[in-house]
Amino acid sequence: MTLEILGISVLWLFLLGYVIVASIDFGAGFFNAYSLMRGNDHIVSNIIKRYLSPVWEITNVFLVFFFVGIVGFFPQSAYYYGTILLVPASVALILLAIRGSYYAFESYSGMSGHKGYALAYGVSGLFIPAAFSVILTISEGGFVTMQGDQPVLDYKALLTSPLSWSIVVLSIIAVLYISAVFLTWYAQKAGDHKACELMRKYALIWAVPLIVSALGIIIEIKSLGNWHYVQMVDLSWLFALSGIVFLATVWLLWAKVKYGLAVILLIFQFAIAFFTYGISHYPYLLYPYLTIHDSFTNEAMAIALVVAFVAGLVLLVPSLYLVFKLFVFNKDYVSGKEETHV
Amino acid sequence: MVNESAVFWSRALTELTLSFHIIYATIGVGVPLMIMIAQWTGYKKNDEHYILLARRWARGFVITVAVGVVTGTAIGLQLSLLWPNFMQLAGQTIALPLFLETFAFFFEAIFLGIYLYTWDRFDSQKKHMLLLIPVAVGASMSAVFITIVNAFMNAPQGFDIVDGQLVNIQPFIAMFNPAMPTKVAHVLVTAYMTAAFVLAAIAGYRMLKGSNHIYHKKALLLLMKVGLVFSIAAAIIGDFSGKYLAEYQPEKLAAAEWHFETEDKASLILLGIMQDGEVKYAIKVPYALSILAHNNPMAEVIGLDQFAEEDRPPLYIHYLFNIMVFIGMFMMLVSLLYVLGKARGWQFIHARWYRWIIVAGGPLSIIAIEAGWWLAEVGRQPWILYGLMRTPEGATTSDHVDLMMLLFSGVYAVLGIGSIVVLIRMFKKNPIEREIEDRHSEKGGDIL
Repeated sequence: MTLEILGISVLWLFLLGYVIVASIDFGAGFFNAYSLMRGNDHIVSNIIKRYLSPVWEITNVFLVFFFVGIVGFFPQSAYYYGTILLVPASVALILLAIRGSYYAFESYSGMSGHKGYALAYGVSGLFIPAAFSVILTISEGGFVTMQGDQPVLDYKALLTSPLSWSIVVLSIIAVLYISAVFLTWYAQKAGDHKACELMRKYALIWAVPLIVSALGIIIEIKSLGNWHYVQMVDLSWLFALSGIVFLATVWLLWAKVKYGLAVILLIFQFAIAFFTYGISHYPYLLYPYLTIHDSFTNEAMAIALVVAFVAGLVLLVPSLYLVFKLFVFNKDYVSGKEETHV
Repeated sequence: MVNESAVFWSRALTELTLSFHIIYATIGVGVPLMIMIAQWTGYKKNDEHYILLARRWARGFVITVAVGVVTGTAIGLQLSLLWPNFMQLAGQTIALPLFLETFAFFFEAIFLGIYLYTWDRFDSQKKHMLLLIPVAVGASMSAVFITIVNAFMNAPQGFDIVDGQLVNIQPFIAMFNPAMPTKVAHVLVTAYMTAAFVLAAIAGYRMLKGSNHIYHKKALLLLMKVGLVFSIAAAIIGDFSGKYLAEYQPEKLAAAEWHFETEDKASLILLGIMQDGEVKYAIKVPYALSILAHNNPMAEVIGLDQFAEEDRPPLYIHYLFNIMVFIGMFMMLVSLLYVLGKARGWQFIHARWYRWIIVAGGPLSIIAIEAGWWLAEVGRQPWILYGLMRTPEGATTSDHVDLMMLLFSGVYAVLGIGSIVVLIRMFKKNPIEREIEDRHSEKGGDIL
C-alpha cells in the first residue's frame, strides 16, 4: 500500500466515524424536538440526553480531525476545496456553532425543555449533513470551472442538479435511520421499553426511504454515465453486500431480537457502502483536477504524519474505550441510576 | 489574480473569529490548570471548599469550552476557506503540529467528558482527580501545537525553494523554528495568568456583593498566588520575546517601539501619541530599548529606516504594546501586594476599592491578551509567511466573503451574549452558600 492510499483510507475511516457518531447526535436532536412538539418528550428525552451529554464534544473532534488531516496529507485539496466551498462550508459551520453551543447552554444551565431551542437544535442538525453532502456532488465533476488557475464553483448548476438534491435527501434520511437504530439499542440497554419501542418504530419507518433514495442515486449517476458510474459497476457486488447487511438489520429490528447485533450490522452496512463509494471514486478527489496522487504531500511530511497518527491512536483508542465503558456499556449510568455530573 | 475585496474581508473575518476565539481559548487553556490546583489542594488539605471550587469552576468551564470548541472548529476550517493558497503551502510544511493539535484536543475532550460525568462516581477522590491531568495536559498541548503553527508563520524554515518549488522539507525543523520557544512559553503562561485573574475577579465580585463566605477568601488567595507566579513568568518571557524580535524580526520591534533610526544606546518610548508623523507626550527611558533588545545599554538597535516602505508594519501597534505591557505589570503589582498584604496583615487589601481593582483585573487581563495577539499578528504585516508570502497572495479569490463576515458576526454576537447570560444565571441561581448546604443535607456532612 502506498502512503497516499494509506492516508486517504485513514481519513475516510475517520470521516465514517464522524458520519456515524454525528448521525446519532443529529438524529437524536431531531427526535427530541419532534417528541417535544408532540408532547411525548418524557419517553425519549432522558435517554437522548444521557447519551449525548458526555460525548457531544468528542463528536465534533472527529470532524476537525478529518479536515485538518486532509490538509496535511493532501495540501492541494485545501487550495481547490477551500476556494470553492466558502459558502456551503461556512453555512455548515454556522449551524454547527449554534447547535454545539446551545446544546451546552441548555443542558448545563438547567433551562432544558424549551421548545424553541429544541426545534432550532433539531432542525439545524438536519441542515448540517445537507450542507456538507454537496461536497460529494461537487467531487463528481462538472460544477467547477477554472478561471486562470482559480477554481470557481457554479452555484446555479449545483442547485439545479437532481443529483445534489438526491444526495441531500439521502444524507438526511440516513441520519434519522442511523440515529433511530442506535437509540433503539441504547433505550433497550436502559430498560426503557417505551423509548425502545418508539425508536424501533422510527427506525423501521426510515428504512424504506433510505433504500429508495440510495437506489435513486445509483440510477442518477447511471444516467450521467460518467467515469464514476463505470467504476461503480465494477464494485456493484460490494454495494449489494451492503444492501444485504441492511436487510439483516431491518429484520432484527422487525423481529425485536438482538438490537446490539443490529447496531453492529448498521455500522458494517455504512462502512461497506462508504468505503465502496470511496474506492469507486479512485483516484479523484475532485474530478478532473485533483487526484490523490498529484495532491499528495511530500514524503517527509507524510511519514511524520503517519508516525504522529499511530502515536495518537495509541492514546486515543484506550481513551475512547474508557468512554464507552463508562457511558455506553455501563448499565447504572445508562439507566439513569447514577446522576453524577458536575 | 488577487481579489482585493476578498483579501480585505478575509483579513477582517479571520481577525474577528480569532479575537473572539482567543477569549474562550485562553480560558480553555488556563482554567483546567486552576481546577486541577484547586482539586489537588482540596484533596491534600482535606478541605471541601477547594473541592467545591473545582466543581463550580468546572461547571462554568463547560459553557466556555462549548464556545471555544465551536469557534475553534470555525477558525480551523476558515483557514482553508479564507486562505487556501497559504494552507496549500502550510499543508506541506507545517501540517504535523496542526495534526497533533487535533489529537491533543481529542484527548482533552474525552477526559473532560469523563471528568464532568463521573463526579462522586469513583470510590476515591484521587482517581477522579487524576482525570484532570489529561484534561489540563491536553488543553495546554493544543495551545503549544497551534502556537507552533503561528510561530512558523513568523519564522518559516525547514524547506528550500528551488524555482518556485518547495523541496527538502523537514517537518521537525519547521516545528522547532526560532520563534517557537518564546511564543509557546508566552502563550502558555499568559493563559494561566489570565485564567487566574478572571476567576479571582469573580471571587472578588462575590465578596463585594456581600457574600462573606470563607470559600471566596480561600479562592482569592489561591488565585492571587498563582496569578503572581505566572505574571512574573510572563514578564520574563516577554523580555526574551523582545530579544527574539531584535534578532529575527527587527521591524516588528522597531514599529512597536516607534524606533525609527538605527542607533546604539537606544531609548525606549513609553506611551505617547503619533501626530503628523511626530511622537508627542512620550516618556523616553534612555538605554532601555538597547537593554530590552540585547541586554547591553550600548548595543545598536535596528530601526525602521532599514526597511522599505512596503515591508513595514503599521505604527499603531505601539499602542497595543503599551496596553499589553502596562496591564501585565499592573496585574503583577496587584497580586504581589495582595499576597504580601495577606502575609503581613495589611488592611487595605480588604478595602472595597482594592476589591474593585481585583474585579477589574479579569477584563483587563483579557484585554491584554487581545492586545498582545493583535501586536504579534499586525506586527508581521505585510507578510502572512514572514519574508515569503504576502498576505494578499494567501487569500481566497472567492466572492461572498463579505456576506460570510456578516453571518459570522451575528453568530459570535449570539454566542457571546448567550454564554454570559447562561453563566450569570447558572451561578446566581445556585450561590455557594446554598450548594454547601445542599451537599451537607444530601451526604450528612460527609463530603470527601
